[in-house]
Amino acid sequence: MYLNTNFKQKMKYFLIFAAFPLFAFLVVLIIPFLLGATLSFTNWNGVQFSKLVGLQNYVNALQDPRFIGSMLLTFKYVFFSVILVNVVGFSIALLVTSNIRGKNILRSIFFVPNLLGGVLLGFIWQFIFSRILVYFGEATNLPLFSNSWLVDPNMAFWAMVVVTIWQQAGYMMLIYIAGIVGISSDMIEAASIDGASPIRQLFQIKMPLMAQSFTICLFMTLKNAFMMFDVNLALTKGGPYNATELITLNIYNDAFLNQNYGTAQAKAIMFFIVVSVIALIQVSISKRKELD
Amino acid sequence: MKGKRSLFMVFKWIIALLVTAFFAFPLVFLVINSFRDKMDIVDNPLSFSGTLSFQNFINAFDRMEYLRSFTNSLVVTVCSAVAIMFFASMLAFFLARFETKVNKTIFYVLVISMIVPFQAIMIPFVYIYGQLHLLNSMPALMFYYLGFGLSLTTFMYHGFIKRLSVSLEEAAGIEGASLFTIFWKVVFPQLKPITSTTFVLNVLWFWNDYLLPSLVLIQKSRTLPLATYTFFGTFTSDYGIAMAGLMLSMIPIIIFYIFMQKNIVGGITDGAVK
Repeated sequence: MYLNTNFKQKMKYFLIFAAFPLFAFLVVLIIPFLLGATLSFTNWNGVQFSKLVGLQNYVNALQDPRFIGSMLLTFKYVFFSVILVNVVGFSIALLVTSNIRGKNILRSIFFVPNLLGGVLLGFIWQFIFSRILVYFGEATNLPLFSNSWLVDPNMAFWAMVVVTIWQQAGYMMLIYIAGIVGISSDMIEAASIDGASPIRQLFQIKMPLMAQSFTICLFMTLKNAFMMFDVNLALTKGGPYNATELITLNIYNDAFLNQNYGTAQAKAIMFFIVVSVIALIQVSISKRKELD
Repeated sequence: MKGKRSLFMVFKWIIALLVTAFFAFPLVFLVINSFRDKMDIVDNPLSFSGTLSFQNFINAFDRMEYLRSFTNSLVVTVCSAVAIMFFASMLAFFLARFETKVNKTIFYVLVISMIVPFQAIMIPFVYIYGQLHLLNSMPALMFYYLGFGLSLTTFMYHGFIKRLSVSLEEAAGIEGASLFTIFWKVVFPQLKPITSTTFVLNVLWFWNDYLLPSLVLIQKSRTLPLATYTFFGTFTSDYGIAMAGLMLSMIPIIIFYIFMQKNIVGGITDGAVK
């Protein structure tokens, strides 16, 4: 029935089924994207542009030490948050799938932070870092907490990583749980009978069988880390002294605070290229997996 | 062997305790301090000392114009999620059943567009819609969410529809039903699992989103995350009210979680695998 539809009918169906959503997609996403890519080569000041300036905006962006700093910081943040979110996420998945009491409550405790949204998370932890932990540090004489992490450029970075773990580990836990549950119990039983220790079972049986879950979580956390914005804004606002300004916040500030629209758009396009390269790697890896 | 095993168990318990403490303690202190007076919190944020009261909640409720922000959030979230469900499922059906060259191209463009980070669109987006005076309106925000959310939801529906057999649809077609009727009466009911998955993911996104509404909405139509943001900024020194405000913003999503737990967990797991 679908094959012998003539052109006129197809056009009618297109209008009924596809025209409106594709219009929204076109005007909301495609046109601004193409316009943005074009404007990054002009002397656009947010209101108008008069001439093409070639790569000038890109040169300006790359000569901005604050941008380079936030680029490097973003890579550092991506590196640590991807590793730590996955280590914690996988560990708590193992924990709640082992024979431990109160599994369901634990699962909810680990997962609930993820539901709250970045702005709320940032504010909750602002209170924790600047009040609770400082008070705790004074009471126990722990130098680690004697000052608020948020006023120290180096510790503020780790504060962001900690909040990221709190936000995302529970989400990854759910995906890892699905992977662990998917392993056939025969395998584990056979290994137990053969005398493999729980640790050995974990590294040599469970983890290799869960390769797919690791790939999914790895790329999801990578994407989340590059795109991080809300927590950054609510927790540190990029401070102290711009020491924790990730790339997304840098673009935002450059455009809407400093009104450097051209440069900010050039930064945004470079950011897009970095994210695309990672997405391409992901696609090629999952394609190769499908062929195996 | 036995000693080694119990040592392993002790180790596991310690880890379990530490991890649970890490995940639970921020929320515990949030809850406790939201009931406490400003001076008591300054005095000692770690204890229950002083009188506990609902006063902070009453103040926060007023000051953040809770009812209005909550209603705005609810309207934006539900309408946008329903709109995406409606349009993306139809689009996916059209693209999956008529695999012409044009439709294949449309599908690829949708898939590729998922890579584009919001920051790459944000500046020209604000420029265009500012010029057109289409910022500051809730219906406009819903339309933007449709545009931004369309590709992922369509992609997920598309994969699901491709695996459905067309025989039921053909039978309905022979009986003379129009394609629109066939889709809503025959196809859409079969899409229930994927509808639940995409709906949950979209609801969580729209409810918690800050950046896009912050660029689009003004005072009277602002959503809960925006109200929370301004509110917290104003009350950074009065932690009692600030914590109560955060609690108020959290409660709806926690209730949503309690009632929809199975769908949320299922949605996230299914959504990730696809």
